[in-house]
Amino acid sequence: MRSFAYVRPPDVAAAVRAVAAEPDAKFLGGGTNLVDLMREGIERPGTVVDVTGLPLQQIEELPGGGVRIGALVRNSSLAAHRLIRTRYPMLAQAILSGASAQLRNMATVGGNLLQRTRCLYFYDGAAACNKREPGAGCAARDGFHRGGAILGASGACVATHPSDMCVALAALDAVVEAESVRGVRRIPLAGFHRLPGDTPHIETELAADELITAVELPASPVAAHSRYRKVRDRASYAFALVSVAAALEVRHGAVTGVRLALGGVAAKPWRASKAEQALLGAPATEESFRHAAEIELAPAEGLPGNAFKIELARRTIVATLRQVLTQGGAA
Amino acid sequence: MTGPRDATNQNQLMTQMESPPRPQSAAGPVVGKPIDRVDGQAKTSGQARFAAEYPYPGLAYAALVHSTVARGRVTGFDVAEAAAVPGVLTILTHENAPSMKPPPRATLTNGGMIVTGTTVNYLNTDEVHWNGQPVAVVVAETLEAAREAAGLVRVAYRESQATVDFATEEEHAVPLKGNPLQRGTARKGDAEAAFRVAPVSVDLRFTTPPLNHNAIEPHATTAVWDGDRLTVHEGTQGIAWLRAHLAARFGVPEASVRVISPFVGGAFGGKGPVWAGTLLTVLAARATGRPVRMMLTREGVYRTVGGRSPSIQRVALGAAADGRLTALIHTGVTGTGRVGGLPEAVTSPSGHLYAAPNILLRHSLVELDLLPNTFMRAPGEAPGTFALEAAMDELADKLGMDPITLRMRNEPETNPIDGKRFSHRLLREAYAYGAQRFGWADRTPEPGSMRDGRWLVGMGVATAHHGTMRFTANVTVRLSADGSVLVRCGLQEMGMGAATAQAQIAADALGVPFEAVRVEYGDSTLPTGPGAGASAQTVSVAASLLAACDKLRRKVRALGEGGSLAEILARAGRDHVEAAVGSQTRLGTLAGQAKFIAKFLRDHRRWVKAGCGAQFCEVRVDPDTGEIRVSRWLGVFDVGKVINAKTAASQLRGGIVMGIGMALSEETLVDPRTGRIMNPSLAEYHVPVHADIPPIDIHYLDEPDPTMPLGLLGLGEIGVTGVAAAIANAVHHATGKRVHDLPITLDKLL
Ligand SMILES: Cc1cc2nc3c(=O)[nH]c(=O)nc-3n(C[C@H](O)[C@H](O)[C@H](O)COP(=O)(O)OP(=O)(O)OC[C@H]3O[C@@H](n4cnc5c(N)ncnc54)[C@H](O)[C@@H]3O)c2cc1C
Ligand code: SF4
Repeated sequence: MRSFAYVRPPDVAAAVRAVAAEPDAKFLGGGTNLVDLMREGIERPGTVVDVTGLPLQQIEELPGGGVRIGALVRNSSLAAHRLIRTRYPMLAQAILSGASAQLRNMATVGGNLLQRTRCLYFYDGAAACNKREPGAGCAARDGFHRGGAILGASGACVATHPSDMCVALAALDAVVEAESVRGVRRIPLAGFHRLPGDTPHIETELAADELITAVELPASPVAAHSRYRKVRDRASYAFALVSVAAALEVRHGAVTGVRLALGGVAAKPWRASKAEQALLGAPATEESFRHAAEIELAPAEGLPGNAFKIELARRTIVATLRQVLTQGGAA
Repeated sequence: MTGPRDATNQNQLMTQMESPPRPQSAAGPVVGKPIDRVDGQAKTSGQARFAAEYPYPGLAYAALVHSTVARGRVTGFDVAEAAAVPGVLTILTHENAPSMKPPPRATLTNGGMIVTGTTVNYLNTDEVHWNGQPVAVVVAETLEAAREAAGLVRVAYRESQATVDFATEEEHAVPLKGNPLQRGTARKGDAEAAFRVAPVSVDLRFTTPPLNHNAIEPHATTAVWDGDRLTVHEGTQGIAWLRAHLAARFGVPEASVRVISPFVGGAFGGKGPVWAGTLLTVLAARATGRPVRMMLTREGVYRTVGGRSPSIQRVALGAAADGRLTALIHTGVTGTGRVGGLPEAVTSPSGHLYAAPNILLRHSLVELDLLPNTFMRAPGEAPGTFALEAAMDELADKLGMDPITLRMRNEPETNPIDGKRFSHRLLREAYAYGAQRFGWADRTPEPGSMRDGRWLVGMGVATAHHGTMRFTANVTVRLSADGSVLVRCGLQEMGMGAATAQAQIAADALGVPFEAVRVEYGDSTLPTGPGAGASAQTVSVAASLLAACDKLRRKVRALGEGGSLAEILARAGRDHVEAAVGSQTRLGTLAGQAKFIAKFLRDHRRWVKAGCGAQFCEVRVDPDTGEIRVSRWLGVFDVGKVINAKTAASQLRGGIVMGIGMALSEETLVDPRTGRIMNPSLAEYHVPVHADIPPIDIHYLDEPDPTMPLGLLGLGEIGVTGVAAAIANAVHHATGKRVHDLPITLDKLL
């Protein structure tokens, strides 16, 4: 990997200044993604600004029942936290379904949000990839794309966002807080990641010099009855082919509250708003679930190597909603 | 000295001697006991030193630059950026590298050349033969600098048309010519005609993907030149082969090369041949005059170390209504590289397993511009048993017959393809015992008829089979007057407990406690051991060790009588007595090998020696998503006499784990446009993780093979055979779906 300067600022102000000053500087969280990409020569920062010493390690209850999560909270700590396990079980489950215990011990909330795609061609410097090198072409489209997108893809890029945590965050209406030398701003998670369009190299709304400081979860009673279901190619330690975060509230047989998001299907965690709309007020039956899944997946398009994910997503949505309905939330 | 005939005689002697002088130690005989491996603590406490862990003053580090085209010529390098990385010592390319000799052709007695991984003379040619071939080596003061600079070397190529897509090359496959040990085509009767008129039949096509080696220790070499003397630390399956190969490639006498390899972090066939990393580390050390180390990255292992060939197989079975086979046709196409590789003998199990009167086996090859394939645990038999044993299950289904009953109805008395005698075969016993232990009777035959909550449950069986081999082995044994025993043999310890097993054998043979025996191994200065391949190391060394112990006993007895051997020594005033089997001279080695080969071929004409077994598994399939979980496993094996109950079970269990990967998740993704491996990492090449593996129940019948020393058969590879078929059969039982293409990923069940 390229030699780099390393700094470990003591406070947020110094951290954002350090990155603003160096055009090729990068924040370093747990390093589980950035260091990998540096070893592969895909990321080549000249300066690495280690933010793990910043005081952003707290999980706090907000007035009104929400939760504020510091950007440097480790994935393991977040999944184990009582507030998360009881109020947002889908989030705890999503995190625990990802990576390995060792990686989760290192990974931070901020880093998880910004982890990059696992597209095989993105990882291989010898391959054409618009995300790595705008205009180079996309080798995945006619190559291996089992992990590729079925929703929101473009001719330029069919990659997916690999995070599990973010799928739950999308379902939970999370808000990302970011700070730079220009000040603090709040970005709803729903709009945080971008679809590829013609610019797959621009992956989020975050500017390069903005530091993620926190993620806030609004109060959400429905989220207490929620699950995360991840379908993958081995029992553990693999990225999702399709995953579903689902919360369901049912009164007198009808759906009175629902949250639904999909992972492994798009360049962003996919909030299934159309399915949610279809479900609200509908009878809580297998048929409604299937109908909702179909509406959401109507625009889905597959490539030869990943078209099966459309059917898989349909089935996983139905199965997960069914599970929340019959077995309740937290597994 | 070490011809098999001698060894067989020794074996008989050995059995005769067993009655009177049994060991005095309270523990009694140790062969067969679950003794803890002698190197266990060294490994778990980090004291065992692997090839990349030997410190040398002035050590430099090397990293490979891999080609990004499949075929062509290198037309130039731009090394400016790479050379500017601080700490870079040199960048070796074909333009400036010292010369190395091309590998001569392999012959039966030329072990060093049998392990030629590829015929490419790295950095001595501008030719590129596969996407990923090393075309340059960076040597630097640090590992980081070497790897960073390697990434900055720009290479220009003139590309030529490459053939890299195995699937589309099937039609160009050429029938394999074969040799006495591996026939390309074998026939009995007229299988095609019999198949056409068979009352019940199946005619199926199977495919298996390419697989890569993923030993926990990536290939690593530390090489040190001192004038013309070379010392190499290397994780290898064959220190003698490696020594011979390096001597030939670098033009020095074998005696000038020392290979040290006490610990190997897993190998499975992938550390049998000599690959680019090893050669180029030695070359880099010669070029720089520094000790040089290269540990391959995981990607480097994928790009430079061959794996298992993909296969396309046809199995056509014809049977009478009572299940007796009338025709068995098994044809297979596999791939090799244009610059090396070997025919993965997928049709081989079909010559041994079923008593069909008409059999046709045919193996064809396609040559590709890819990294040559190589040995991987149970070459041929792992993918071959998948096709044959899945087809048998399908035939059973068609016949409305229990799959075990069908197999037993066709269990042969002699080797089906040629009528040779089995030295040993207890497959019936394995199935009978396994069926009872596994609860096979609880299986309701109808697919989809068994459930556990939301899960569909299926049970499947398949036969495991693996031929047994032997090599020559030189061994010395020394008994000291204090009762301690030293066994010396240049064998390889890749994690299977090889030294432990030999210590057990020596302890019993000399009547000393296990603790009194020390085994020295993993160094080419020791008596030349066999390579650790073909599941043959333990039995090969055991044969010579038994002979040596016998010699030793006779020597001691000549000194006096009464009491233990050590007591006789002490009374005779002797410090120690040593016995050797096998000659270390060049001529002696050749003579020994010639004798061994002659005997081996004679034996081979007479007997079929193989282990076999019955694999039982239970799977659960999620009816919504098609996710498959293996929930129970039982393997019952007939692998001759077992020396160490614990390490043997671990070997068999490890094979099954590997088979589960092959069945469900492992696949090397070779881009058909470029020939480039696209998933060269443990994140994207899915070996099974712990959560994929159920408790694995291992049982072995422990019946000695009458023709083998101590009754041993090889057991290192058999565990993986039959596994994929057992799973495919269980998946069918759970879901009613037949998947003929490995791996059985969930999309194939949607
Ligand atoms: C083998 C493997 C398997 C994995 N499997 C899964 C899986 O199944 N599911 C899953 O969801 N994930 C998986 N992961 C990914 C893992 O979750 C991420 O690597 C991890 O969450 C990244 O967090 P980090 O703190 O280590 O980020 P880093 O690697 O430190 O950083 C990642 C990116 O975020 C930026 N960054 C970090 N912190 C901040 C901040 N506060 N503000 C602004 N920018 C920041 C960095 O500059 C960098 O660009 C896997 C990873 C590996 C290596
Ligand atoms: S899918 Fe996207 S990330 Fe993958 S190769 Fe194409 S452009 Fe690159």
